[in-house]
Amino acid sequence: MAGGGSSGAQDRFRYLPLPQDSYRKTPKRRLPRCWVFTPLFFLILLFSPPGFAQESPYIVAYDHYLEEPGSLDVEYFSTFGTQRAGNDFHAYWVEFEYGVNAWWTTEFYLDAQDTFHDGTVFTGVRRENRWRLLKHEHFINPVLYFEFENISDADKIIKEVEGHDVESDHAGSNAVLRANHNHELEFKLLLSRNYAGWNFTANPLFVKNFPDAPWEFGYAIGTSHPLALKASPRRCNLCRENFAIGAEMYGGLGDSASFGLHDTSHYLAPVVAWNLPSNWTLRLSPGFGLNDKSHTLLLRWGLSHEFPGFGHALRNLFGVRQ
Amino acid sequence: MRAWMRLPRPTTQAMGRILILLVFGLTLAFGQSEGPQPTQLNRGAYAELAKVPAKEQARQNPLASDPDAVAAGGKLFDEHCSKCHGENAKGTREGPSLRVQPVRQATPGALFSVLTNGVVRRGMPVWSKLPEPERWQLVSFLKSLETGE
Repeated sequence: MAGGGSSGAQDRFRYLPLPQDSYRKTPKRRLPRCWVFTPLFFLILLFSPPGFAQESPYIVAYDHYLEEPGSLDVEYFSTFGTQRAGNDFHAYWVEFEYGVNAWWTTEFYLDAQDTFHDGTVFTGVRRENRWRLLKHEHFINPVLYFEFENISDADKIIKEVEGHDVESDHAGSNAVLRANHNHELEFKLLLSRNYAGWNFTANPLFVKNFPDAPWEFGYAIGTSHPLALKASPRRCNLCRENFAIGAEMYGGLGDSASFGLHDTSHYLAPVVAWNLPSNWTLRLSPGFGLNDKSHTLLLRWGLSHEFPGFGHALRNLFGVRQ
Repeated sequence: MRAWMRLPRPTTQAMGRILILLVFGLTLAFGQSEGPQPTQLNRGAYAELAKVPAKEQARQNPLASDPDAVAAGGKLFDEHCSKCHGENAKGTREGPSLRVQPVRQATPGALFSVLTNGVVRRGMPVWSKLPEPERWQLVSFLKSLETGE
């Protein structure tokens, strides 16, 4: 690539056709990143082959569908959260989701966050597996979910709410919060069904923070529906069938020492997904806290891209026989 | 507290991260290698059509007379199915050809059932995430395919 090396970033910009050339006179001035990435994103969309990922709109809840075998889904999600008695934050994670086969999906997460007027910290990793328990579709379809988390208290992606998680947990400074690491095992039973175009899902959650914390409980429920049930015969990006809308609700249910709703937080979040061509999916979800222990607003968005046949390509790379 | 828990924190963290990356990498590289071989996969996939219960086999395609169903089904096939079954449904190493007699002779209900339930143990995922009318559009497209290519 042109301009590689230590001065790569500035050199790269010189080759881009920009609407202004003042940056040449003031080389220290940085271009807003969106100027580079937004056109790049739409260029990729324009020149990429057909293919739709057909992802669900959920961000916290899970339905019973797994990643297609051999496909790698790379996802980026952002959460902007308001914080009373503290600084607002922007937490984000990258997720690598791989379909090992038709009944097993495995995922790897990298979490980080930026607390305004404080700092940016890497907050940990998560390793997740989902196993489909029944080989056919049934009235309710169970999927077993197992996750190991190695995250610090500074983690604010709020991918799930468990036990007595409340807003004030996130009020401390990054320096203090990141000092404490958690090693958690998380189990979920994903119960999902489709009816008349609607998906309904319920995810009870059980978490054990090692070595000696009590079991914590939580839940996530959701429902979604595509805007159209029939596909149109023509290729289109804005067809109604490419959009799915819904809502999800999630919160904590206390722990084994004090089960219940007291000192717990709960959220309700409308969700929308737009399945773009070339296996891109865009999701948006403004989440609203339902009690005074919850963050007032959790605004989430995510962009994901599916690489079909990734496993096959990787096996070829490693010379694994078919 | 057990001895391994008393290791210096940076050491255990580094070991944990390396282990996670190693397991993830190995899963990616070799996870699917235990799956059925292409010939086994083909034979098993076609056999699934015959295993569909009679009640489901007898279901009629409600979009059989829809003039747009084949074109819409073809579009859906390109978007979701061609990754494994090939661009012209002629099959790849990942999925069998659908231009064969067992598919041609299968009832719309049988094709719909296999689409809905997948053939999970042989690598085909369930496709009930597509709404029911879209699955019938796919059935219309599959029934329109010529065999023997």
